Amino acid sequence: MKTSLIILFFCVTALMSSHAFSETAEEKGLAIAIEADLRDKGFFDYTADMEMILKNKHGKESKRSIRIKTLEVADDGDKSLSIFDTPRDVKGTAFLTFSHKIGDDDQWLYLPALKRVKRINSRNKSGSFMGSEFAYEDIASQEVEKYTYKHLREEQYQGQDCLVGESYPVDQKNSGYTKRITWTDKKEYRVLKMEYYDRKQSLLKTLITEDHQQYLNKYWRPGMMHMVNHQTGKSTTLLWKNYQFHTGLTDKDFNSTSLKRAR
Amino acid sequence: MKRIENWVGQLVIKYRWLFILGLLAIALMSASGMRFLTFSNNSRMYFSKDNPQLQALEALEQTYTRVENVLFIIAPKSGNVFEPQTLAALEFLTEESWKIPFSSRVNSLSNYQHTRALADDLIVEDLIRNANALTNKEIGDIKAVALAEPMLLNSMIAKDGSVTAVNINIIKPEDSSYETKKVSTAAVQLKKTMEDTYPFLDIYLSGGVMIDSAFGEAPVRDMRALIPLMFTLLLGLLVVSLRSVMATSCTLLVIILSASTGLGLAGWLGIALTPASANAPVIILTLAVADSIHILVTMFHQMRQGTNRHNAIRESIRINFQPVLVTSVTTAIGFLTMNFSDAPPFRDLGNIVAMGVLSAFIYSVFFLPALAAVLPLTTKQDNHSQSHLFVRLADFVITWRSPVFWSMLILIILSTTGISKIRLNDEFIKYFDRSYDFRVASDFSAEHLTGLEIIDWALESGEEGGINEPEYLKTVDAFAQWFRSQPEVRHVYTFTDIMKRLNQNMHGDDPAWYRLPEERDLAAQYLLLYEMNLPFGLDLNNRINLDKSATRMTVSIPNIGTAGVLDLERRGRKWLEDNAPSMSTYGSGLSIIFSYISARNIRSMLKGSVIALFLISLIMIIVLKDLKLGTLSLLPNLCPAFMAFGIWGFFVGQVGLAVSVLIAMTLGIVVDDTVHFLTKYQRGRKEHGMNSEEAVRYAFKTVGSAMWITTIALAAGFTILSFSGFQINSHMGSMTALTISLALLLDFFFLPALLLKLDQ
Repeated sequence: MKTSLIILFFCVTALMSSHAFSETAEEKGLAIAIEADLRDKGFFDYTADMEMILKNKHGKESKRSIRIKTLEVADDGDKSLSIFDTPRDVKGTAFLTFSHKIGDDDQWLYLPALKRVKRINSRNKSGSFMGSEFAYEDIASQEVEKYTYKHLREEQYQGQDCLVGESYPVDQKNSGYTKRITWTDKKEYRVLKMEYYDRKQSLLKTLITEDHQQYLNKYWRPGMMHMVNHQTGKSTTLLWKNYQFHTGLTDKDFNSTSLKRAR
Repeated sequence: MKRIENWVGQLVIKYRWLFILGLLAIALMSASGMRFLTFSNNSRMYFSKDNPQLQALEALEQTYTRVENVLFIIAPKSGNVFEPQTLAALEFLTEESWKIPFSSRVNSLSNYQHTRALADDLIVEDLIRNANALTNKEIGDIKAVALAEPMLLNSMIAKDGSVTAVNINIIKPEDSSYETKKVSTAAVQLKKTMEDTYPFLDIYLSGGVMIDSAFGEAPVRDMRALIPLMFTLLLGLLVVSLRSVMATSCTLLVIILSASTGLGLAGWLGIALTPASANAPVIILTLAVADSIHILVTMFHQMRQGTNRHNAIRESIRINFQPVLVTSVTTAIGFLTMNFSDAPPFRDLGNIVAMGVLSAFIYSVFFLPALAAVLPLTTKQDNHSQSHLFVRLADFVITWRSPVFWSMLILIILSTTGISKIRLNDEFIKYFDRSYDFRVASDFSAEHLTGLEIIDWALESGEEGGINEPEYLKTVDAFAQWFRSQPEVRHVYTFTDIMKRLNQNMHGDDPAWYRLPEERDLAAQYLLLYEMNLPFGLDLNNRINLDKSATRMTVSIPNIGTAGVLDLERRGRKWLEDNAPSMSTYGSGLSIIFSYISARNIRSMLKGSVIALFLISLIMIIVLKDLKLGTLSLLPNLCPAFMAFGIWGFFVGQVGLAVSVLIAMTLGIVVDDTVHFLTKYQRGRKEHGMNSEEAVRYAFKTVGSAMWITTIALAAGFTILSFSGFQINSHMGSMTALTISLALLLDFFFLPALLLKLDQ
């Protein structure tokens, strides 16, 4: 990705020279995204356990538990494998994703009852992930190239100095959103809050992340992600546990054979 | 009482300017509350919070999200949906529909998530993409899929492929009229855009939001159309009966003040106008005019006899104060008992009219005479010929008392038997006549696709993930098939169809596998795979609950009426009890709760009607100071409503919500004529020592003409209400007009004959 390296270089220089020349809001927005991406580079791989708690408007709950494995890919999007442990009817079902900086991601689902791997139409990335308020596109690897950006302002959020900016999906036809607004803290470049706007430009959902912890003295991960759908009143909470970095995962752990023995 | 009446007359003359200006100021202050009036546009306003059927519906909505919808119905003029330009238009409309405010889901033929097998993969994608580039063969394939798919057939595509639809689900953040307006405006705008861009299409707009919008439109339309008509009519009546431009203007002023006081006070009290309560002004105008006529007619009568104007006014107040007070109070009581209704709009109507009627009393007794005292009122009125006519009528009744009595009795009994022919019907769609676009659209939709009448079934499996249990799937499927075999059912939406289709897809699209999966985990994993493939806004969250323990089945029926809906629901419930007792539940939906509305309201109003009857009879007894006469008055007061029901039963048959308030409402009105007739009869007997024949003749002579005029005014006023495009109002108008006319008939023939028979 030569061009992106050039852009990256350009923007990093721009950041370092600290406003030596004036940049547009779009340039600044992109620079922030690149900086956030850069700070997470080099984690190689990690695994984690996730509990997903679905809540309807009236507080009724349903839970799912999922194990996640992620592998960093040098010049493309990350690879990730999700293994479903509960509900029991889908135990052993595994979901494999190769995200790409440009173009549609590749996705497969392994169905243990059928003992077969099925490809998923990733054009439909805007749909709900396991009935939750998270769309696939919300939890997929957030590659810089998938959005265009615009910096809005700086403001305090939860006592932290934050950069507030908009991002717009490049693939407008298949995204469920027209725009997202992100609150990124200035110190560590963690996304603390994100608002999602739907096709009619109204606020659809808000994501709030909390309990951030730093791993290997570099990589920040949230312990809790809470997504509220303002239109339906439903919400989903993701609780993350047991983050482990540098576990020695390789490409071999992310192919169709690995899917079948994922349980 | 006598002292008060004299004192009021003196006071009004003495402080006439104070009364004129003071009451005018009070009227304006009350009327200024009209600026707070809002129009409620919500089909659920007819239900109180503790209505059990509404509560059941709301419980269902808590699980699956309360949704309303906007439905575009598209009929290409060519009669064939499967043409590239129509499919392209459909694709465009589907895209644009996402931009309608508060839309949460858009379903159409084009974004139907068609599933198929491709090699070993499951492909889930829009049925129609880039319609303009489709080949004839591809369109043929699309047509074959659409007409074979039970999810689409009769719901999104007509059997003959001539009509299709786009359904938009709306989730309003709050239940306010502002939001309904916003959605319906956007929908109408989009319809216009479509018509301009694709002139070869006929487009209709229906759906729950459009019904709500029509509920909001109805009162505005009624007020705009009926009030001017009412004024014209009253103007004519007043000119004819009063023969004075000045007196007519004064009367119009009084009734306008009364109506705007009633409405203004409603505004101050925060009452929102609904299609029912918006007719309060028409009713107030009708009722208020009688008070003024009584006051002015007596005054002119005195003046013609040579009394000077101030004395004539005093005398008129002395004579009329009591009857006008009594008739106003009884009318107000009748309307106030509408508070027993389960439907809040009727409570509002009752309260607004009661306030208007009582203010009409105040303006007629304090404001009108004061105004008459400062204005040069004269009349050319001559009642002589009319009273002569009523003396002849009296002679007729006296001569033929027995035949008259018995024929009236037979008439009462005969007409009342028609009550058995009355059938309650509350199809909320038919509340609106075909002058409403949405009614035309709904009829069209009911003819070619599904109607707006649906019954929803929340089917519980009893455990988390239980909807994937083969036993559960089989039962739900059997239930769906049972519904499909019922003649009145047009469409059944059940998630078991998705399951069968997925099973087929997973077996290389082999039609032999179009059946339910037989293992629970397999079903669950198919479903997971399918759900992972669905795009934004097309998930199954409106069909399957959170922990996958229950699903929702929707049965659509073209508008078949209350009895049909209730019967189908009862049979469905019976099927569940017989075949799946653990799932047994009630069907729910707007059609269901409207189907119960009349019966429920009749029950709730029964108490109100009894109380009204008791209070009004008590007032009659007190006023007449005669237990026998007071009790006797029950007959001519109560019979007209029953006769009206019966005649309605013979000639119309179907009746809805309006019927529930009829007795309470008309009782307070028809009692007026009885009061007038009986007081005069009694005065003849007691003050003038007449026998019953002479007293009947005296009563006819003195009040016959006034009763005639006021009844015509009232009947005409309520007949105008029957021109309303909103069925509840038009029924209420016709039935009330009928009741009032029958009441006059009974007061002229039955009551005197009865008196003659009993008082010999």
